[in-house]
Amino acid sequence: MNRCTERIFNGLVKENPTFVLMLGMCPTLAVTTSAINGIGMGLSTTAVLVMSNMLISMLRKIIPDSVRMPAFIVVVASFVTIVDFLLEGFVPSLYSSLGLYIPLIVVNCIILGRAESYASKNPVLPSIFDGIGMGLGFTVGLTSIGIVRELIGAGQIFGIQIMPDSYVPFTIFILAPGAFFVLACLVALQNKVKNNLAKKGKEVPAQAGCGAGCASCASKGICGGHLAGPETISKTENNNGQEGA
Amino acid sequence: MNENYNVSSSPHIRDRIKSSNIMLLVVIGLLPATLFGIWNFRHENAWILVVVTTAAAVLSEYIYEKLMHKPVTINDFSAVVTGLLLALNLPPTLPWWMGVVGAVFAIVVVKQLFGGLGQNFMNPALAARCFLLICFTGQMTYFVYDGVTGATPLADLKAGEAVNTMDMLIGNIRGTIGETSVVAIMIGAMFLILMGVIDLRIPGSYIVSFVVFIVIFGGHGFDAQYITAHLCGGGIMLGAWFMATDYVTSPITSRGKILYGVCMGLLTGLFRLFGGSAEGVSYAIIISNLLVPLIEKITLPKPFGKGGEK
Repeated sequence: MNRCTERIFNGLVKENPTFVLMLGMCPTLAVTTSAINGIGMGLSTTAVLVMSNMLISMLRKIIPDSVRMPAFIVVVASFVTIVDFLLEGFVPSLYSSLGLYIPLIVVNCIILGRAESYASKNPVLPSIFDGIGMGLGFTVGLTSIGIVRELIGAGQIFGIQIMPDSYVPFTIFILAPGAFFVLACLVALQNKVKNNLAKKGKEVPAQAGCGAGCASCASKGICGGHLAGPETISKTENNNGQEGA
Repeated sequence: MNENYNVSSSPHIRDRIKSSNIMLLVVIGLLPATLFGIWNFRHENAWILVVVTTAAAVLSEYIYEKLMHKPVTINDFSAVVTGLLLALNLPPTLPWWMGVVGAVFAIVVVKQLFGGLGQNFMNPALAARCFLLICFTGQMTYFVYDGVTGATPLADLKAGEAVNTMDMLIGNIRGTIGETSVVAIMIGAMFLILMGVIDLRIPGSYIVSFVVFIVIFGGHGFDAQYITAHLCGGGIMLGAWFMATDYVTSPITSRGKILYGVCMGLLTGLFRLFGGSAEGVSYAIIISNLLVPLIEKITLPKPFGKGGEK
């Protein structure tokens, strides 16, 4: 089970899709006007991600390499349709506030990215846990953005009034620009914490960006498809330093 | 003097004028409008908002630079200009803490996060005004004059009602603190033109293109009264003379300046005549600020010897 817990930790912290990989920005910015929307979107994506990772991992030896993208899309789209109908049937208010972004889970880059980079190469059980980890990481990201935006923009969290009545809400935070402000501040905060950890000499999670799937990586020719560890990163940085000097 | 024998690459001609001198001149140029605004809105205690907003801008610049271990640049007066311009763009009844929020946003988010003076991609004061306008729409569009609440003359004009152009010229009208008096603004602007701080091309092309737009699409033809009301109402004078001409966010090339002014004139006319609200100067200027890199790209002069048109 060690590998499975590692996958969950990886999704939640090390390669958090929202704050580290910066994947799925479209729903992240668009639906996080309130905490409940963030959780709803995150959990819907998690459900689709777990199911699609499982099925793609099962079918990974059957799907021919040349048509893998259409095959992945068919699998993902089927699950999205199921989730879409379930939400419409059981939580219509959430369904109407998420609106178009539920069908758009089909093209969410986290789901296709995990299918491509993990589920299509690994056994079923780790793939499921990878989906859970990534999905929860996405949920945590969306919910924390939603909480901050709702608190500043409406004085509430999960619809419960937090701020005193005299508080004047900063309406801009529940409008589109607020999403960018909050996301940027949270990412900056997260980088600050990581830098502080690095200064104290603790083990730092590997560099963002890599590990998201070498297929989509611009520098796969350089690293040769190996996952970049801390040593590789420091080497690259040294090289850059020399070039600069 | 050693300065006469400075060995370096070009430019070789140096002047004693510095950012701080220019900024100080701009502050002096803004004084007539500021003083008139404070007097005009004396019943609303506008002076508190002006002082608090300006102080908050300077203080947030100082605190941010101290925290980030950067050289402190409050002596160059640019934060004073930003804070003062922001205050002049706020309605006099705005709670003082909203002015502080706007000043912090202008200095920290728009100016310092992008690298400080010279690096901001749009006018910090106007960006903060738009931020506040979206945040606190009710308070930002609440206008009082002499204890009477009502619409600004520009809104009346848009609604097709008659306005008193003479009052609008002098400034005894509702509006933001610094925008009401065209006379006071023009005194400051004349001073800046005489000192060589602002270039006539930007405000000139802005105002001319705006008038042309109003004449063509305003539905009144060449009606001097209507055009004067549009020019004296709202923030176009303050915007054209003091905010569009900001060195950092306006083009360097001469042709670029004219193009930039035309952009602002057309956008202002578009927003005022066809937009949802009566005023659109601040949005027009910040959108044109964003176009400046493109304008500079297409108006870049050819160096001598590089050949002409082929």
